[in-house]
Amino acid sequence: MTSEKPLVEVTHLNKVYESKGRRVEAIGDLNFAVGTGDFVCIVGPSGAGKTTLLKCLAGLLAPTSGSVTVGGSRVSGPPESMAVVFQEYGRSLFPWKTVRGNIELPLRARGVPASEREARVTDALEAVGLADAGDAYPWQLSGGMQQRVAIARAVAYQPDVLLMDEPFAAVDAQTRADLEDLVRRLWRERGLTVIFVTHDIEEAVYLAQRVLVLSSSPTYVLDDVAVGIPEPRSQVDTRVTPQFGELRTRVYAGIQRAKTNAAKASA
Amino acid sequence: MSAVLGFLHRAFVVLALPVVLFVLWYVTSSSSTSFYFPPLRTILSKFHEYWLGDGFTRDIVPSVLRLLLGYALSCVVGVALGVVLGLSRRVRTAAEPVLEFLRAIPPPVLVPVLLLIAGFGSAMKVTVIVTGSVWPILLNTVEGVKGIDPVLDDTCATYGITGWRRLTQFVVPAAMPQIVAGMRTGLSIGIILMVISEMFAATSGLGAAIILFQRSFAIPDMWSGVLVLGLIGFGLAMLFRVFESAVLGWYEGLKGLERQ
Repeated sequence: MTSEKPLVEVTHLNKVYESKGRRVEAIGDLNFAVGTGDFVCIVGPSGAGKTTLLKCLAGLLAPTSGSVTVGGSRVSGPPESMAVVFQEYGRSLFPWKTVRGNIELPLRARGVPASEREARVTDALEAVGLADAGDAYPWQLSGGMQQRVAIARAVAYQPDVLLMDEPFAAVDAQTRADLEDLVRRLWRERGLTVIFVTHDIEEAVYLAQRVLVLSSSPTYVLDDVAVGIPEPRSQVDTRVTPQFGELRTRVYAGIQRAKTNAAKASA
Repeated sequence: MSAVLGFLHRAFVVLALPVVLFVLWYVTSSSSTSFYFPPLRTILSKFHEYWLGDGFTRDIVPSVLRLLLGYALSCVVGVALGVVLGLSRRVRTAAEPVLEFLRAIPPPVLVPVLLLIAGFGSAMKVTVIVTGSVWPILLNTVEGVKGIDPVLDDTCATYGITGWRRLTQFVVPAAMPQIVAGMRTGLSIGIILMVISEMFAATSGLGAAIILFQRSFAIPDMWSGVLVLGLIGFGLAMLFRVFESAVLGWYEGLKGLERQ
């Protein structure tokens, strides 16, 4: 890293949900930093507070204590320089708008002039391989294609940070592999910084330069795994290398440990 | 070719029953000597004579204008208020008892009251129409807005789609299927109240004309007025369908796919 300050910094993040007589500490004490141009995957056992963390990062949820900073400024609402791709593609696209309209709306909201909007939308659609689908409605497309539209919308937005919340959990395996490669390509070609939340260990190792393994709730960072797998990666070759196997084992062991600890804690 | 045949087939299916009923009425009533059930032939000649003549400008036009004005006001007030109530739980809690009370009052009851306040003019009639047809629109809008998808809402927030843009591009379109359902009910209620408001005290309008014919025992004329009401209701329902498929084309497409 050449830049002096990390792009995203999470410091002593803590989140407690309180309702009538019940106090649930979802996030205990989270600390990590993501540098410009990084591709970081966050994995954890189910119930690791991944959704809570994501909402705090996206500025959709205020932390109980601690802070998230993006580009040096503290997150108190959704940061302008961040785009989010949600898991539920069917519920994150506007069904009354065409594909083009969906991609264009955030650009309108940010006051991008019409001619540039046009160019950005066309470019983003080409980048995700949907150049001809601009006039279709999202619901006329397959699930994988809908998620491509959501990715195109994020790309057209030209964010500094792309936040992805288990984006491929609801698509079939082959589509998933294609989408993984699409995200890697966009990351490389466009110099994005990607934070990718997933529960799939192999996906995390395949995609990321770095995998953060979370503990069970109350969450802290259990392991920070540098993935040194060389570029370019491929679905066929990368996944059978011994290095891939070792990394997967290490992350898997971490998650198993998290589960055992959680079981002990609740016993 | 098959498109043309398909159209003809549909037209046949749609028109068959009305034509049969019309012919049946025409034939069975043709030799009627009953004072209260005159032959359809007589009714149609009155229809032609009055409603396509003086009656059109004297009664139909003012009635329909009042209905459209009252209905438009209901839509604007219902949707605007419904969005505010749907978005804020606090406002909803505060307003609910008052709304439930107002909703429980049958609008025709208001006619004598409004006569005192607003007089005999169009203002009273439009007000009566609004007091009835605003409710289904308002309540459906509230439900529609309450039911907006949290994931889409988060999407709006992360992309800076806020304020007025969020309302027009997200909240209202998302609630639109329910808003339109409310508007459909509101329209039927509006037609009923248009007639009722004119039956009490009015010198023009469909309701006034029908009552006048009835009181002067001009039974065929009275029946012809009922026919006009039916036709207006039918015409408005057709127009409403055009409107519906224009604003909810996406919704019908989406539902159509889900059913497959």
